[in-house]
Amino acid sequence: MQASSSFINIGERTNVAGSARFKRLIVDGDFEGALSVARQQVENGAQIIDINMDDGLIDGAQAMTTYLNLLASEPDIARVPIMIDSSKWAVIEAGLKCVQGKSVVNSISLKEGEKPFLEQAELVRRYGAATVIMAFDEDGQAETADHKFEICKRAYDLLTANGFPPQDIIFDPNIFAVATGIEEHNDYAVAFFEATRRIKKHLPYARVSGGLSNVSFSFRGNNPVREAMHSVFLYHAIKAGLDMAIVNAGQLTIYDRIPDILKQRVEDVILNKRDDATDRLLDVAQDYAGGKRALKKTDLKWRKDSVRDRLAHALVNGITKYIVKDTEEARQSVERPLHVIEGPLMDGMNQVGDLFGAGKMFLPQVVKSARVMKQAVAHLMPYMDAEKKLLGTEDVSNGRIVMATVKGDVHDIGKNIVGVVLQCNGYEVIDLGVMVPCEKILETAKEVNADIIGLSGLITPSLDEMVYVAGEMQRQGLNLPLMIGGATTSITHTAVKIEPAYTDNSTIYVQDASRAVGVVTHLLGDNADVFKRETKAKYEKSRAAHARSQSGKKRLPIEAARANKCALDWDGYQAPKPSFTGAKIFKNYDLNIVRPYIDWTPFFATWELKGRYPDILEHAIYGKAARDLYRDAQAMLDKILAEKWVHAQVTLGFWPAISDGDDIQLFTDESRTDKLATLHTLRQQMVKSEGRKNYALSDFVAPDPINQDYVGGFCVTAGLGEGSRVRDFKAADDDYSAILFQALCDRLAEALAEHMHERVRREFWGYEKSARFGVKGLVAEDYIGIRPAPGYPAQPDHTEKATLFKLLGGDATGVKLTESFAMHPASSVSGLYFSHPDSLYFGVGKIEKDQVEDYAKRKGMALSEAERWLAPILNY
Amino acid sequence: MSIWPKIEQAIKDRVLILDGAMGTMLQAYKLGEEDFRGQEFADWATPLRGNNDLLNITKPDAVRGVHASFFAAGADLIETNTFNATTISQSDYGLSEHAGAIAKAGAKIARAVADEWTRKTPDKPRAVLGALGPLSKTLSLSPKVEDPGFREVNFDQVVTAYKIQIEAMWGYVDALLIETIFDTLNAKAAIFAAKEIFAAKGQDLPLIISGTITDKSGRTLSGQTVEAFWHSIAHANPFAVGLNCALGAEEMRPYVQALAKIADTYILAYPNAGLPNAFGEYDETPRHMCSHMMPWVEDGWVNIIGGCCGSTPAHIEKLADKAGKCAPRKTPDISPALCLSGLEPFSLGAA
Repeated sequence: MQASSSFINIGERTNVAGSARFKRLIVDGDFEGALSVARQQVENGAQIIDINMDDGLIDGAQAMTTYLNLLASEPDIARVPIMIDSSKWAVIEAGLKCVQGKSVVNSISLKEGEKPFLEQAELVRRYGAATVIMAFDEDGQAETADHKFEICKRAYDLLTANGFPPQDIIFDPNIFAVATGIEEHNDYAVAFFEATRRIKKHLPYARVSGGLSNVSFSFRGNNPVREAMHSVFLYHAIKAGLDMAIVNAGQLTIYDRIPDILKQRVEDVILNKRDDATDRLLDVAQDYAGGKRALKKTDLKWRKDSVRDRLAHALVNGITKYIVKDTEEARQSVERPLHVIEGPLMDGMNQVGDLFGAGKMFLPQVVKSARVMKQAVAHLMPYMDAEKKLLGTEDVSNGRIVMATVKGDVHDIGKNIVGVVLQCNGYEVIDLGVMVPCEKILETAKEVNADIIGLSGLITPSLDEMVYVAGEMQRQGLNLPLMIGGATTSITHTAVKIEPAYTDNSTIYVQDASRAVGVVTHLLGDNADVFKRETKAKYEKSRAAHARSQSGKKRLPIEAARANKCALDWDGYQAPKPSFTGAKIFKNYDLNIVRPYIDWTPFFATWELKGRYPDILEHAIYGKAARDLYRDAQAMLDKILAEKWVHAQVTLGFWPAISDGDDIQLFTDESRTDKLATLHTLRQQMVKSEGRKNYALSDFVAPDPINQDYVGGFCVTAGLGEGSRVRDFKAADDDYSAILFQALCDRLAEALAEHMHERVRREFWGYEKSARFGVKGLVAEDYIGIRPAPGYPAQPDHTEKATLFKLLGGDATGVKLTESFAMHPASSVSGLYFSHPDSLYFGVGKIEKDQVEDYAKRKGMALSEAERWLAPILNY
Repeated sequence: MSIWPKIEQAIKDRVLILDGAMGTMLQAYKLGEEDFRGQEFADWATPLRGNNDLLNITKPDAVRGVHASFFAAGADLIETNTFNATTISQSDYGLSEHAGAIAKAGAKIARAVADEWTRKTPDKPRAVLGALGPLSKTLSLSPKVEDPGFREVNFDQVVTAYKIQIEAMWGYVDALLIETIFDTLNAKAAIFAAKEIFAAKGQDLPLIISGTITDKSGRTLSGQTVEAFWHSIAHANPFAVGLNCALGAEEMRPYVQALAKIADTYILAYPNAGLPNAFGEYDETPRHMCSHMMPWVEDGWVNIIGGCCGSTPAHIEKLADKAGKCAPRKTPDISPALCLSGLEPFSLGAA
């Protein structure tokens, strides 16, 4: 259609009075289907959507409320304003209570007199909406131009005199059916045009709208004629000043494309040019009736685009289905296979990069795009290799990055994500995997002539390993930028510990995957020196700030902290007795049971979708990405469980225990005479306000054998068989599935730990008898007793895991400890169980040298070694 | 006599200074559970620690002290300590019935301190903004994933909650501040409540409305852009519109600029003292925060500035010192147009 660019399409299909399909969906309660009607309208270009629930079979206020509330959680629909359409004020008011945006009421009028009109107008204002006003008064709907304008002017004067803003007034001077065979109707369109002209001329800032489909009502069943009538009507109405109309946004014929004869006859009808206009239109109408529209399959329309556009579409939308076929087609159309990568594929990935950078795509979607890219490249590889042999050429990339999870650490989900994102941006990533010794990283970097080295790690000992790698880079004179990332790393640690060890080149902390590309681009760009200088200056500041903050943090002497311990009242305390002592193993634990225990919030955090589950699924910005990811995750989880992709194993045990200062002694039997092992704990040394205690885990265990207390320990893994499947996914160029799978195994391990803790509390230790908590309660930690893990805030020393694993039977747990005391496979959780009702989670925080000296002595460890393991929490 | 005409005069001449964070300052008192309970709620069944608004009743001296410290730092306007003083937000503590009393106590304290300072410095009038927070329940989002159409609360309930609060503060506050808006529909209910009360009392109070852009996506939590937000609340005819919380001054800059461009009313901005650090604390220095905000003043974007989470009297003092004498933004002349919004803005220009 021809329209000035400022003409507004209002979508009409979400109207039960105008669309039989929409009505059926609402009557049947299929709101999901009804939402898709709205979505289609927006996709087809509707700039406002009109929603109407007026039908005898429908509770209008209820349906309006439900529909608008559902619509609010669909950002791709909710982005446009809503027109709340009803002849009943109660339905309109119900709608106004559900929309956060500024909507349009459709409609109010003078038909019941001035008082209700002004009252409704005042409420429209109070709810913050604009409103359509029908040319309708106490005597009925206006048909002539004069009467239409007269009513509109009366309404305008009344409203503006009562403070209603004129720019929020939209008049609907009634579009009625023409060519009905009744002579009085012939001038209806002309009257509408004339009224529109006068409204726009004499009533400043007011707008004009109308419901378009009425005009062609008499040609029901003949869509080509109806569409021609709509098009012609609009053409003239817009010239007269029509600002907007309720239309079927997907079905507007272009005025210039209407066949000449049809156009001529429709013009005669609309403009009422001759008395026989209706008959003459009827004469030709049948000739156009046959043209039935093919059913639109919008989802596959993109398949008809050029191969270049198809590749871009597949990349942006993460569709692998046709990628090999399309890549092959593209390959045959260019001279060299490399041109496919450099041309359409990189163009598509650049779109992805831009959308990601602009916050319009999110990590899971980008990783899916990368999967498409990799599969396309994999298809081209054999051709490129063949060509290379033939021509002896070298391939080029934007830069080469060697990445590794450092020695002693097995966590690599974050690193894999960074790798994928970098590859998406044209960088070559050589990923050395997990537990990579320093030597191998440096050798590889030299061998492949790397441009950057990237180190990742999750557990605290990895921080030290990174400092070591940095020092070695300095010593061996590698002179290339070093990137640092991972959950425990921080800008402060990088600035204070890593950067000073490596002064030859730049050390840069990368906070998350979304920053990685920016950092790499800077490092390898023309202004790299400036960026490096700025980074150095920033870290210098960070060091100074750290130094300042250190001087301010006062700690108590350890003796004073002990004097302020959490002294529980043990007098007469009856410790619960576990159902067995020693360790027990549960092999092939059924993961179906633990599925409901999964806490999804951290899962989304892994993908940098920040927010609480389930709210995140409805998040205005991340919602769609989160829902897609969640759907993929559920589908894979179904398979993991049904096809037993991984095996789970649980080992847990209980031992008679007595606390001994800051240590806990474990004994072989109830007599508590033969020592089995000693668990060492650390005590908070921060200065506490009045009444707050300096905790150590040993405070939660009875100091006297008379109380017959116990301590438990556990190790659960949901990662047996994880590694080989990850390798399979990667071999198939499917990093998305690999990362998804690892993240799910992680969640399963955590869920298993949660589930076992519940069984321990209810069954094996059996001290908790109350009703079962929901999963929400579990995650919120509102249950009795705790399960702190070595290496985490309540006991930051990872080396305590050695004692725990020895007690549990070592390798029999199915889990191995690395030299940094990381658990392998990574999807494992271990910890201690404490049963006392007053036991709680706390963070040890920074500690002083006096405690470290004492701790080293108790552990039989050299002070320097203890200091190495406790480096992140030393206050000196 | 109301102090507000003097504020309306002052804002024509210079940038006005709003106070900083109440919560941050109250933390410094290191109040324990017993302090929050006081004698009045000693036997209350649920823990009350963290219910800062309750201190209006149980620890009024602390609240008074914070207000005074911000006036001493140079603030022209302070917010009542009533961010959560609604029946809905207080229901988290089982204190719904006391919400009105909490709001009233907060308004009275602020009024007394403001009057005291106005007497002390008659050439610098001090006014009280009655703070209406965003509520712990939201009208545009479902807490249940399986049921996105579900709402924990409805529009009428939210209107009622705000009406109780406004009614309680009536007579003690000079203007109402609807702030930290992450769901615009909640704010629209607050506006609706205010207008109903104004109609019943036959008297309007100035409304000041402040939205929250949650992150660099440039959207509110409920998904609106700054422009869409303005279109949604402009019907309130606010005395001022602005942004606060969630972002530090550096991150907030583009959104303040966007708002200043389109809103034909006074602009206010009170960012957090930076973004939270690794410990969840705000540690941007007064100098740093001020250095990010002064360009807003110099470029004529703002009429009222202050601080949100983490900002202390030292921050406000710095702002007052640097900006408190500067010329304010000139309200632009914007010709009337039909402005609508969904999550995104929609306007139909000159007719």
